[in-house]
Amino acid sequence: MKTTGKVTGIVSNLVTVEVDGPVAQNELCFIDLDGTKLMAEVIKVNGANASVQVYESTRGLKVGCNVEFEGKMLEVTLGPGLLSSNYDGLQDNLATMEDVFLKRGEYTPALDADKKWDFSPIAKVADKVVAADWLGEVKEGWLPHKIMVPFSFEGEYTVKSIASEGSYTINDTIAVLTDSKGEEHKVTMCQKWPVKVAIKGYKEKPRPFRIMETGVRAIDTFNPIAEGGTGFIPGPFGCGKTVIQHAIAKQAEADVIIMAACGERANEVVEIFKEFPELIDSRTGRKLIERTTIICNTSNMPVAAREASVYTAMTIGEYYRAMGLKVLLLADSTSRWAQALREMSNRMEELPGADAFPVDLSSIISNFYSRAGIVVLNNGQTGSVTFLGTVSPAGGNLKEPVTESTKKCARCFYALSQTRADSKRYPAIDPIDSYSKYLEYPEMEEFFNEKMEQGWVSKVLAARNITLRGKEAYDQINILGDDGVPMEYHLRYWKSELVDFILLQQDAFDNIDCQTPLKRQEYMLNLVLDICNKDYHFERFEKCVSFFKNLINIMRQMNFSEFQSPEFEKYKEQLQKTVENVL
Amino acid sequence: MSSNVFQRIYTKLEAITKATVTLRAEGVSNDELASVAGRLAQVVKIKKDLVTLQVFAGTEGIPTNAEVEFYGEPPALNVGEQLSGRFLNAYGEPIDGGPKVEGERRYIGGPSVNPFKRRQPSELIPTGIAGIDLNNTLVSGQKIPFFADPDQPYNQVMADVALRADVDKIILGGMGLSNDDYLYFKQKFEDAGALDKIICFVNTTEQPPVERLLIPDMALTAAEYFAVDKNEKVLVLLTDMTLYADALSIVSNRMDQIPSKDSMPGSLYSDLAKIYEKAVQLPSGGSITIIAVTTLNDGDITHAIPDNTGYITEGQLYLRKDTDTGKIIVDPFRSLSRLKQLVINKKTREDHSQVMNTGVRLFADAANAKTKLENGFDLSDYDLRCLDYAKEYSNRLLSIDVNIKIDEMLDTGWELFRKYFKPEELGIKQSMVDKYWNR
Repeated sequence: MKTTGKVTGIVSNLVTVEVDGPVAQNELCFIDLDGTKLMAEVIKVNGANASVQVYESTRGLKVGCNVEFEGKMLEVTLGPGLLSSNYDGLQDNLATMEDVFLKRGEYTPALDADKKWDFSPIAKVADKVVAADWLGEVKEGWLPHKIMVPFSFEGEYTVKSIASEGSYTINDTIAVLTDSKGEEHKVTMCQKWPVKVAIKGYKEKPRPFRIMETGVRAIDTFNPIAEGGTGFIPGPFGCGKTVIQHAIAKQAEADVIIMAACGERANEVVEIFKEFPELIDSRTGRKLIERTTIICNTSNMPVAAREASVYTAMTIGEYYRAMGLKVLLLADSTSRWAQALREMSNRMEELPGADAFPVDLSSIISNFYSRAGIVVLNNGQTGSVTFLGTVSPAGGNLKEPVTESTKKCARCFYALSQTRADSKRYPAIDPIDSYSKYLEYPEMEEFFNEKMEQGWVSKVLAARNITLRGKEAYDQINILGDDGVPMEYHLRYWKSELVDFILLQQDAFDNIDCQTPLKRQEYMLNLVLDICNKDYHFERFEKCVSFFKNLINIMRQMNFSEFQSPEFEKYKEQLQKTVENVL
Repeated sequence: MSSNVFQRIYTKLEAITKATVTLRAEGVSNDELASVAGRLAQVVKIKKDLVTLQVFAGTEGIPTNAEVEFYGEPPALNVGEQLSGRFLNAYGEPIDGGPKVEGERRYIGGPSVNPFKRRQPSELIPTGIAGIDLNNTLVSGQKIPFFADPDQPYNQVMADVALRADVDKIILGGMGLSNDDYLYFKQKFEDAGALDKIICFVNTTEQPPVERLLIPDMALTAAEYFAVDKNEKVLVLLTDMTLYADALSIVSNRMDQIPSKDSMPGSLYSDLAKIYEKAVQLPSGGSITIIAVTTLNDGDITHAIPDNTGYITEGQLYLRKDTDTGKIIVDPFRSLSRLKQLVINKKTREDHSQVMNTGVRLFADAANAKTKLENGFDLSDYDLRCLDYAKEYSNRLLSIDVNIKIDEMLDTGWELFRKYFKPEELGIKQSMVDKYWNR
């Protein structure tokens, strides 16, 4: 029998309920407000009093309202049809809601129960299987969507029967499995899983060993993110966090993109809604929306569901990872999620940590980041969830709890700098403060040696060094004046400007420059390093300035031209002549 | 307020703070309104039979035996065509001497628009001010604040913008407005003969600060009525949101909540977002555009209020005094309209983005030249021309007293380029130079 209770206290969306039976932490319940059921989650239990956070507005709620506990945690429904769907933080399908306004207590099913999918079996009768093993597959758009043994199945099962090729709905039985006791279990094409629990069902989780290509030079060349890696992008407002994330979502070499718009502007999500169904993925030639799931809990939607939204997104990511796919999960912004935690902790009158955030913020964040990763599945194939979150530090100050906690667990740090944004140097990823720990991994170095060229990492470090030395020279020039420093300083500074303008800066709105494939990145890095490694002698600094300005102009034209096209080669020739002229 | 059969009158308060009272009562619902000794109050906390009410007008003089009467419903506004031309207080009651507003009763602070049902904003709102139209174009459905120091004429600029904008309704939400500013708005709207499309919700400095908390929701409930029900284009002006946030912090402080940064409540971001996100372009053609004012403390944008605002709104407009010309200008460097790309060159002339970028870049060059001059370095001929250009650019385009059409702004831009520079110094696309240089 279900545990029930009655409301005894209300402060905003924190409600206390007196219960008549057992309740579990994070258990779901529904509060009955004159027939409207409001979903809520248990976040604290004290004797017979459970504190629940309500996922909706609590306006009109009264002491004495009936509450029914569900005996389970917040779950998502997993099955074919997740891709190209638009969900809120609780996985309600936003597209199937009729009203212009979101209605309280309106929950829509995540998957279409009537749609038929073309199923073909993979497992055979009498096969021994465990949780997450593949039983069959359906085509979801162009992706092979695996139908798996439900993750909740423990131990080994034997396939008793499996459906033959044909069309089925998600609720049709496609297999019957027998457990070790001889009991039979029916398996359909969809299953449920609690969002706060990581999906296991893989053999091992090795260290990341290859990169996830994003097409952004400041990332791929300078601070590469590994497939299955984690990274974060902190930056003050107006620095282009969202532009970078959208660019990555459009270009990244991933099979599945999951975007969690968590507590951000609704109009930015509208942009995705509008653009993604039209944009073409250059790798597959298919519409971007076909590989994308959007979880959208904008800033004006209920705060508690904002917290749930990142978990919902991660769980869907892990589901596709178990199919052996490359998943890229983007969350904008994790600060809003942390703020949702803060609001609840505050209402529960917990003793606060720094900036009134809950004291366990750091462990909550690192726990979440640890769910990303590349895994080796039971059948030996790999799947991955790469996670990239943005952080919106208060006042643009990186010494605040969310940035600091995230820095401890994310392996890539893409610091967006206000000064770069102010001088329109986009992407505003600071070349000096940003880092990728993956560059230090020996397995990554090996990967680069193979995929790019021998000694690639040292080339990258050389380019980084040029920017660093250029910055120092620039500071000196500023203090001592153009004529007060040796020519060497000007050279150093302008070499760093060359690296900055040609490699680091990239026009996200230019059709060609927006996406640079790895081969082209390799070519350009070599070209720039070649130029920087030459010896130049100028009599006056003005000569040096105009020479490099000229180089920058020519090479920018190269960036805007199709790789190795006649136009590109023409500029390259022009470049070589310009360089030879001064040597 | 309507009376209710179940109405019970309580006369024993258990606790009183500066902004709240607590009493024992039953059958009370969250968010519902009540009157405490004749003053309007709202339920903010219920713990068994202990109910805490936030008294909007403050609790000065309220005795422990004050009469408390519950209304059984949250704050509401009567909406209808009758709202047009009215001046109302924070409770939606007339302050213009006119009759009570009749109409459909709607609870304020209602639900959000389903993001999937929104449309991408695409209509330009011309204001005549080149610092806005040329450099930071506004789009219907946008939300954008002025970041201004208290001594700057932001209310005047906002009134100008509102009256020039091509919209069906203008709704003013005045929070902590000085009486002088209130009368200024009233006079200005009357002089413009635009009263029939204006609705004002006003809380002046003479009225209790906590009342302000109702103003944005009142204004936006009226806005949603006209935008959603009547498919109208509505412009909402909110001034001053800093005072609104201050009122939030007063209430949370009285309720013993733990403050976060700058003694603001931890929920400040969500509280502000709930208001600003009401800006919307609806599929039916109606829209709500929000122009707000956030006053700064000596230009400090790292304070929690402007900081959180910046993360929510689609850009911000800065006013500042240009010391060279003595005029108030829209700062071209720090101001930003995030939605401008949606209309520039699409709804405006093809040379718009080029003129905009070049104009601002030259202004930046002038700023560098000025620094050079101040540091005692020699100026080149280009530097000198930049300085002259900057003065005229500031006077004829950036200044807030400009009122011209966008095409004129673009022509003025070209005129200034031609006067001070050679085409090759500008880096403008050749095709544009060919077409517009000698016009």
